[in-house]
Amino acid sequence: MTEHDITLTVNGTDHELTVEPRTLLVHALRDELGYTGTNVGCESSLCGACTVHLDDDAVKSCTVLAVQADGATIETVEGLAEDGEFHPVQSGFQEEHGLQCGYCTPGMMMAATDLLEENPDPSREEIREGLEGNLCRCTGYQNIVNAVENAADEMHAGAVADGGCPADAADGSGSCCGSDAGDVRWPEDGGESE
Amino acid sequence: MYPDEFDYYEATTIEEAIDLLEDNAMEETELLAGGHSLLPAMKTGLSSPDVLIDIGEVDALHGVAVDDETLEIGAMNRYSDVLGSEDAREHAPALTAAIERVGDRQVRNRGTIGGNLAHADPASDLPGAALVSDATLVVQGPDGERSIPADEFYYGMYATDLGPAEILTKIEVPSAADAVGTYAKKPSPSSGYAMVGVAALLTVDDGTVESARIGANGAMDHGVRLDPVEEALVGESLDEETIATAAGHATDELDTALMMDDLQASGEFRAQLLEVYTERALEAAVDRAAAPAAAD
Amino acid sequence: MSIESIDPDEVDAADILGSAIERREDPALITGDAEYTDDIQRQDMVHMAICRSQHGHAKLEDVDTSAAEAMDGVVTVYTHDDLHREDTPGGGSYSLPVGWLLDSLREVDHPILADDRVRYQGDAIAVVVAEDRYLAHDAVDAIDVDYERLDAVTDPVDALEDDTAELHDDAEDNVAFDWEIGDAERTDEAFESAAHTASIDLENQLLIPNAMEPRAAVAEYSPGTDELDVFMTSQNPHLHRLLMSGVIGHPEHKLRIKAPEVGGGFGSKIHHYADEALVAWIAKHLERPVKWTATRTETYKTDAQGRGHRTTADLAMNEYGDIVGLRVDTTANLGAYLSTFAPAVPTYLYGTLLSGQYDIPAIHCSVTGAFTNVPPVDAYRGAGRPEASFVIERLAKLGAEEMGMDPAAFRRRNFVPEDAFPYETQVAVVYDSGDYEKTLDKALEMADYESFRERQEQAREDGRYLGVGFSCYIEACGLAPSELAGQLGAQAGLWESSLVRFHPSGTVTAFCGTSGHGQGHATTYAQIVANELGIPYEDVEVVEGDTDEIPHGMGTYGSRSAAVGGSSLVKSSQKLVDKAREIAAHQLEADPADIEFEGGEFRVTGAPDRSIGIKAVAQQSYLAHDMPEDMEPGLEATSFYDPDNFVFPFGTHVAVVEVDPKSGEIEFDQYVAVDDVGNQINPKIVEGQVHGGVAQGVGQALYEGAEYDSNAQLLTGSMQDYAVPKAMHIPEMETGSTVTESPHNPLGVKGVGEAGTIAAPQAVVNAVVDALEPFDVDHVEMPMTAERIWNAVDGRTEPDAETETPAAAADGGTDDPDTAADGTGGDS
Repeated sequence: MTEHDITLTVNGTDHELTVEPRTLLVHALRDELGYTGTNVGCESSLCGACTVHLDDDAVKSCTVLAVQADGATIETVEGLAEDGEFHPVQSGFQEEHGLQCGYCTPGMMMAATDLLEENPDPSREEIREGLEGNLCRCTGYQNIVNAVENAADEMHAGAVADGGCPADAADGSGSCCGSDAGDVRWPEDGGESE
Repeated sequence: MYPDEFDYYEATTIEEAIDLLEDNAMEETELLAGGHSLLPAMKTGLSSPDVLIDIGEVDALHGVAVDDETLEIGAMNRYSDVLGSEDAREHAPALTAAIERVGDRQVRNRGTIGGNLAHADPASDLPGAALVSDATLVVQGPDGERSIPADEFYYGMYATDLGPAEILTKIEVPSAADAVGTYAKKPSPSSGYAMVGVAALLTVDDGTVESARIGANGAMDHGVRLDPVEEALVGESLDEETIATAAGHATDELDTALMMDDLQASGEFRAQLLEVYTERALEAAVDRAAAPAAAD
Repeated sequence: MSIESIDPDEVDAADILGSAIERREDPALITGDAEYTDDIQRQDMVHMAICRSQHGHAKLEDVDTSAAEAMDGVVTVYTHDDLHREDTPGGGSYSLPVGWLLDSLREVDHPILADDRVRYQGDAIAVVVAEDRYLAHDAVDAIDVDYERLDAVTDPVDALEDDTAELHDDAEDNVAFDWEIGDAERTDEAFESAAHTASIDLENQLLIPNAMEPRAAVAEYSPGTDELDVFMTSQNPHLHRLLMSGVIGHPEHKLRIKAPEVGGGFGSKIHHYADEALVAWIAKHLERPVKWTATRTETYKTDAQGRGHRTTADLAMNEYGDIVGLRVDTTANLGAYLSTFAPAVPTYLYGTLLSGQYDIPAIHCSVTGAFTNVPPVDAYRGAGRPEASFVIERLAKLGAEEMGMDPAAFRRRNFVPEDAFPYETQVAVVYDSGDYEKTLDKALEMADYESFRERQEQAREDGRYLGVGFSCYIEACGLAPSELAGQLGAQAGLWESSLVRFHPSGTVTAFCGTSGHGQGHATTYAQIVANELGIPYEDVEVVEGDTDEIPHGMGTYGSRSAAVGGSSLVKSSQKLVDKAREIAAHQLEADPADIEFEGGEFRVTGAPDRSIGIKAVAQQSYLAHDMPEDMEPGLEATSFYDPDNFVFPFGTHVAVVEVDPKSGEIEFDQYVAVDDVGNQINPKIVEGQVHGGVAQGVGQALYEGAEYDSNAQLLTGSMQDYAVPKAMHIPEMETGSTVTESPHNPLGVKGVGEAGTIAAPQAVVNAVVDALEPFDVDHVEMPMTAERIWNAVDGRTEPDAETETPAAAADGGTDDPDTAADGTGGDS
C-alpha cells in the first residue's frame, strides 16, 4: 500500500498532505486538516452530515476518497460565511430555528446551498426532496424547510438589489423571476461535463 | 466506517485502465467510478478489494454527444452531468427520467451512469430505462471494443456480460426525441433504492399509442421488459381505461416466485407494486404528452 | 401558523420570559465552530475500537488477540481478564450497575467486557488501542473469536416460554421482574358489570434512537494529580461520573465528566455503557489520551433501544359509553442486560400513565420484564409514556367504535373534568392541572373536524379513503419528589441543582446541572435568569454539562429541564435576590422588609427615589467595604430544587390521512398538534420540540422498527434498512397551544421534550384505521409499511359490499371483538 501526496484547496486555502489510499475525504478534512465543522453520522452514505462542496457540487465526503479529491476545490461549513457575514442559508437556519443539536446542520446547509444554486425558488416539496440526502433527528424538518425558503427569499432579494437574478448568477441560463414553478434548471458548471 | 487497505491507481486513459486490470488480474481488483456503491460496501466491510483502479477522470469516458440520431453518453458522466445535458434530455427521455430519481442530490453529483449500469444492482433505477431506451453498452477490453445490447448485458443480480478486464466505456441510445419517457418509482423509505421502478417510453400520435416500451427494475434480479403491457398499449388510445388494463398485465410474463423478496418488500407485494407503478409511469406519460415540450 | 422568532435585541427586558427569541447557541453551530466530542484532538492520542460479538447468543470458547497485537501501530489489546490483572488499574466493579430497583427485580451481572458468554450481537469482547482509527479497526478484524452458538430469543413473550434458552443463571425463565399497579379485583368487577368492552393485542416495536451524533468519548489522565478527564456524549455528566467512578474504580472527586456539544440524545446518551468506561480506564492505564467514536453500525448494535412491548388490553364501558375499567397486560423486552434505568421505563413510567386523560374508576396493569438477546432496552424519547398513551388511545378509538360514538365525543365524555384537578388516578399519580377539552376543541377547530366526516363520505364515494385519528395524550415529566422516587426504586435523587453567580462587573453566570444537547437551554435559561434578576438577557451566561464547573446535577431527560432545572434557577436567583435585598437595604439605610425589587432595581417602599440597581449591589458585595453585619461578601446562590410532584403536560393531536389500498401508501392530508405545556419560556423552541417529537412519533408509526432474525442478528443494521424519516416523509405540522399552568413549580411550566413523540403514533394509527374502516380493519401494527397496509386490506382495492356501519355493529354489544384484523399480531 503506497501513500499518496495530494493537494486540497479548502475554503480558499491550499493544503498539501499525504494520505493512505483508503483515507476518506471527511477524515482528511477533519483529522488531518482540522476542519471539524463537517460531521460524520453514518457509514452507509445516507445521513448527509458530511456533505461538503467538491468543485462546487454537494457531495458526501464520507463517500469520496481523499485521493480522488486530489487537486479539487472544497468548501466546508467553515467557508460559508464571508467577511464575518453569515451566508443567507446560515441566517435562515438561525432565524427559523432550523437546527437543534446542530450535528446535521453543516451538511444540511451545504446541501441546501447546492439546491438553491440549482433551483433558486424551490417549493416546499422541492426543498424536502432536495434534502433527501440529509437526515435530521431533531427538527422534524419543518423549520429546515422554512430556513431554506427564508434563504431563497433573502438571496432573491439580494440578487434583485444587485440588479440581477440568482438564476442568472448561478447558471446564466434561466430567470427565476418569471419561470414556472417546478421547472427545474440545471447548471452547467460541472467543470468536466461536455 | 473504515475501508480495509488497498492499492490505488488512477488511470488516465482507457488503455491504461485495461492494462492495470490485466496487471492486477491475480488480485481482487475493482474499478472505481463514482464510488457510490463500492465505497459504502467497503466502509461496512462487505467489500475488501486489494486494488482500486480509478477511472473517474479518464477523459475519453466523459462527454455527451449526438451522432447521427444516436446519443452517446460516456460511462463516467456523473448523473448530474447527464441531467445537465439538453441532448440527453431530448433524446433519452426515459433514461433521464430515471436518472432524476437515483439516490439523492449528493449521490447524483458524484455517482456515474456507467458505474450504475456495470454494478447491476437489481434495485438500481437504470436497468428498466436502459432496456426501454434500447441502449447499447459499449465495452472495451484487451481484445478491443464490443457492443452489447442492454437486454443481453444483464445476467442477474450484480452479474453482467462484462469480462474481467473489460470496461464499460459508453452508452449508446437511439434517439427517442419523438417519444415521451417517464419513470415511476417506489423507493425504499430507508435506502432510497427502488422496491420497484417502471420506465416507459411511448410514442403517441393523436392520442393513440404507436409504440410502447415498458421496463422494470427492482422486481426481478435484473431489469425486465414488460411485453404484455406494451402489447396492451399499442394501437390503443392512451386513456385511463387502457392504462389500467395494460398495467394489469405487468406481471403476466414474470415468474412471481422469483420476484425479489427481502426486508424491504415481499415478492407478492412487489408484484402488486409493479402493477401500481406501471400505471403511474403511464399516467405520467399522459401528463407529459399533454404538456407541450415542458422541459424545453 | 409558524411562530416567528425575534432578535433578542428587540425585546424589552421585562418581556424576555416568554419571547420567541433566536437561540444564542446557533452561531457556533452554523459556522462549524461548535466542538463535539470527536472534534477533540490531543497530542499523542490513541484510538480505541471494540471487537463485538458476531452472534446474538454464544459461549466464548477462545479469544485470540495475538495477530491484532502483532500489528504495526497497535498499542495493546484488552480482554476481560486484563481488567483484573495486577498491573492494570484496579478497584472497579467492571460491571454496569442498574439505577432503578424493583422488589422482584433479578439483578444480573453486566460485565463491560464479556467473560465467557455473549448475550447480544454487539456485546463487547475485546478492545484494541492503536495509533489511528483505521488501524484500530483493522486490528479488531484480526481478532479471532471462537464461539459456541447458543439458541437466541428476541421476542419477550417467547423469552418467557419454558423451553426457551435462559440468558442468565440468576433469571429463571428469563423473567427480569413481575410488576403490577392498580386494583385487580375492582377492575375484574368493572369488567363483569360492563355493558361493552373493547380489546386490543398490540406490539409496540423496538426502536433504534439514532441521535445524529454517534456516541463518543475522549479521556485523558494526569498521573501527577490522578485526575481523569472524560469528554463524552452525555445527557447527564454527574450521573455518569457517579456510575463510572464505581465501574472503573476511580474516585468520584478525581473524575471529571464534560459533555461538549452533544448531537442529540433522545435517551440514548443517558445510560452508562461499557464503551465510555473502557475509554476512561484505558486512558488511566496507558497514561495517554484515548478517543473512541462509535460507528453508526455500532450505535445500531449497542445504543439502548426503546419500546419493545407486547400488550393485551381491554376497556370496559357502561351502557352510556362511560369508561368503567381498564385492564392491561404487558410483556416488556429488556434486552440482554439491565440498562441504567431500564426497570423504571415499562413500570413507573408506563403503568402510571395508563389512565390517560380519562376518569377511569378501575385500572389494573401487570408487566413482566423479559431478558432477550437484543441490546439492552431503556429510555428512548417518551420512555414508557408513548407506550401507555398508545394503549389507551387505541382503546379509545375502539371503544368509541364499539359504542357507535364519535371518537372525539367519546373522549370528551370520559375526560377528567376541568374542575377535578388535582386529580388522583387509579394508578398512583396525581395530575397537577389540566383542561383537556380546551386542547381538544382547539384541535378540532384547526382540523376543521366539523366538515371532515362529509369530506370523508364524499371521498369514499370516489373510491378514496380518508381517515382522521385522534390522540388525546398525557405526559408526565419532572419525575419527583426524590423521596417518592426512592420509594419506587430509584437509586438516585431526582432534584436539580443550580448556581447563579453575579460577577463584580454585573454580569452573571448561571450553572445548571441539566445537560442540554439541542434543546436550547443556553437561551431559555438565560431568559429565566435575566427575568428573575431584572438584568439584560445578554448579561447572563449559561454553563451546563461539566462536573468540574457545576457543583451537582441530574441531567437532561424526561422533559425535565425547564420544569426542574429551570425552577432551580428561579430558586437560586431568588435566594440571590434575597441576599442582595439585605445589602441594598443596608446601602439605602432601610429595613430589608421595606425594600421592593422590580426590574433589577431595589427601591424603598414609599420612597422610590431611594434605589439601587442589582448590579451596583453586586459590585458592593464584592468590594465588601460596607456590608451588613455578619454578612459574607460575594453575591451568588445555589439551590437544590426537589419538586413536589411530576408535571403533566397534555394535548390533542389530530392526523388526517389518505390511504391508497392499492399501493398501501399513506399520505398526510393534515397534522394538527395542540399542546398544553404550561407556560412557555420560548415559544419558538417549544414549537421546535413539538415538531421534532412528532417526527419521531410519525417515524414509529410508519417507518421505524428494529428487526432481528431467529439468531438475534439485527436485520435493520444500518440506515439502509432502518428508515430514519427523511424530510419528505414528515408532514407539514400545524401547531397550536393552550396554557394551563402547573401549580407545582415557580415557572408554571410543564415540559415539552417528548410531547410529540408520545402523541403522534396513535394519532396516525387511528387515522389509518379510520380510513380503512370500510375494509373492516381494526388494527395495523407499527410501522405501518405500505405492505402491512396492503396486507390489512387483504389485497382488496374496494370494500366488500355488505360492510356494516360501525353504529350498527355496536348494537350487537359483543364483548369479544377480535381486533387483530391483520391476524398476525406481532409479526416481526
